[in-house]
Amino acid sequence: MNPFLKNRFFDQIAVMFGREARKPTAISPVAQQFHSLKRSTNKERLAATIREHHATGKQVHTWRNRRWAVLIIANLMFTVSFWLDIQILEGALTASRFIGFHLIDLNSALQVMLAHKHIIVNLVIGTGTVFLLWLLLGGRTFCSWVCPYHLVAEWAESIHLWLVKKKLVTDQAIDRRLRTGSWLVFAVLAVATGYTVFEAISPTGILSRALIYGPGLALLWVLALLVFEVFFSRRAWCRYACPIGLTYGVVGIFSPLRVRYSLAECFHEGDCRKVCLVPHVLDTVIKGRAVDYEVPLGPDCTRCGLCVDTCPTGSLKFEVKGLNKLM
Amino acid sequence: MSEMHRPDEDRPEVQAPAPAAPVAPASPAAKPPPSRERLQQARRKWLRTILLTGGVTGAALSGFLPLVYARTKRLRPPGALDEKDFLASCIKCGQCVQVCPVQAIKLADLVDGFGVGTPYIDAREQACDFSCDAVQCILACPTGSLVYKKPAFLGVRTGAKLAAAPILKAKEKDAEPTLNLAERIGVARLTRPEACLAVKGKGFKGQARGSGFKGRMRYMAVDRWKPIKVVDHPYDIPECDLCVRECPVKGAISIETVFAPDGSKRKSPVVHEPCVGCGVCEMICPVEPSCIVVEAREVWNV
Repeated sequence: MNPFLKNRFFDQIAVMFGREARKPTAISPVAQQFHSLKRSTNKERLAATIREHHATGKQVHTWRNRRWAVLIIANLMFTVSFWLDIQILEGALTASRFIGFHLIDLNSALQVMLAHKHIIVNLVIGTGTVFLLWLLLGGRTFCSWVCPYHLVAEWAESIHLWLVKKKLVTDQAIDRRLRTGSWLVFAVLAVATGYTVFEAISPTGILSRALIYGPGLALLWVLALLVFEVFFSRRAWCRYACPIGLTYGVVGIFSPLRVRYSLAECFHEGDCRKVCLVPHVLDTVIKGRAVDYEVPLGPDCTRCGLCVDTCPTGSLKFEVKGLNKLM
Repeated sequence: MSEMHRPDEDRPEVQAPAPAAPVAPASPAAKPPPSRERLQQARRKWLRTILLTGGVTGAALSGFLPLVYARTKRLRPPGALDEKDFLASCIKCGQCVQVCPVQAIKLADLVDGFGVGTPYIDAREQACDFSCDAVQCILACPTGSLVYKKPAFLGVRTGAKLAAAPILKAKEKDAEPTLNLAERIGVARLTRPEACLAVKGKGFKGQARGSGFKGRMRYMAVDRWKPIKVVDHPYDIPECDLCVRECPVKGAISIETVFAPDGSKRKSPVVHEPCVGCGVCEMICPVEPSCIVVEAREVWNV
């Protein structure tokens, strides 16, 4: 990693914890060349090229469809496994057994350990398996590819965006440091009360259990969150509150699977930032901000692929670190 | 992490929610003073943040409060740790629910007030009859909330410990007839002796809980491995002893001759020390409401 990317690497960790994304202080010579070339480009010709590009290309939903399929199948596997009693994936998202192997959600495990103040062997095994899994697959990949709340929130988001377009509501931004705060608050609450307080309101757990064991009144809380997101603040729970996202985000710091931005092809139209759940990881696509000609997105990225689908020039692509060198 | 939490740093740092357009130059020294509008936006964002924080924390605590004031004790699945430890360690995955052959275990809902998603048994509706033989729910539990034997750091309440491993009547002829269970989850008690058919010297004929009852039980005479509906197993007995007859644990309950307060002799079900608190007697009692109930978390007092 060159020093420019290394700076960005640490910068993006701070951004994940809630700091605002800032302009970079140092940009690699190659990237500087790109930036200055882009500044001197004939604006009319560029506009013409973009128009041409948009005329030929069309909006695709490749990654979104794949992701929805994976998310729905993963969650239905729990349900089907229980209802047909085939014991493939037993349990719920908080803890399960996949053909006998323990899988335990990292945040739930953490809450239990903090509340119980003891570490149980099975818990460690299951947590280890899940940690490795998401370390390889990208940390917050859990959010967009598995979490059932993410999917319903995506549907609620489209209602929200429609209402915004009709000028009936506006998106109220909230300070992103809140999520770090809520992570700490729930950790402290678990220790202090000796009860996994967060699990009582975790929409991930509530929805997962509702899908498997049948609906309950706890779904009203999930509904309340969705209403808040539709009428008040876009994707508020996932963006500003959910400690699970932060836990998995930390795992994603070291993950080799990520979205890579390449400066050369980018038209800097910003469509990717409009569809993104976490636009602060995409600050690099703003004109003049990329620190290198290729920049991997930060750990808060959920690897949902909406930006990859949206990008008309293919500047944003999934990559596995080190794999392109091998191939 | 802590550096992001200095509250005095917050206000001037907060940027407007503008989706694009970099506004802040690289060096903070060159930053122009923020406009009034921007300051107002920042203030509003801060207020919204406080609002969401309050909402989420409040909701979380409201999920916790019922536990503090919990009046009704709930029967947890066999092998459950003491309530406080149980609530701390249960991960609410429902794996215990999935393995139970009679579906005795349910998950608590928001309004039940003993932990959203935690397992409990409503013995009158469906008791644990140990028809799995191995206490499968304990085997399934990934966090040790249900355990065969408590780890050393957790104490055992006096009277909770079973004097000996309970002998399962169904397994009595097996090489290993006992259940791997060290503590009881409750104790059965005859709460309404005046209504008890055995006390009244009455018999019982028909379906134990009426034709609408959905509960299941394993009857060794029918099928050792397949529990059937209680409805499908009608009785015809001259003197009611259903609680004794169907109790899965050896020596936990028997019909004894006791002295009534007026000095007269009569028969009555009497609970003994091996009672593990499974609740089968409560489920099978044909009187409405049940004359015998399991008191959750109750211990054996000599």
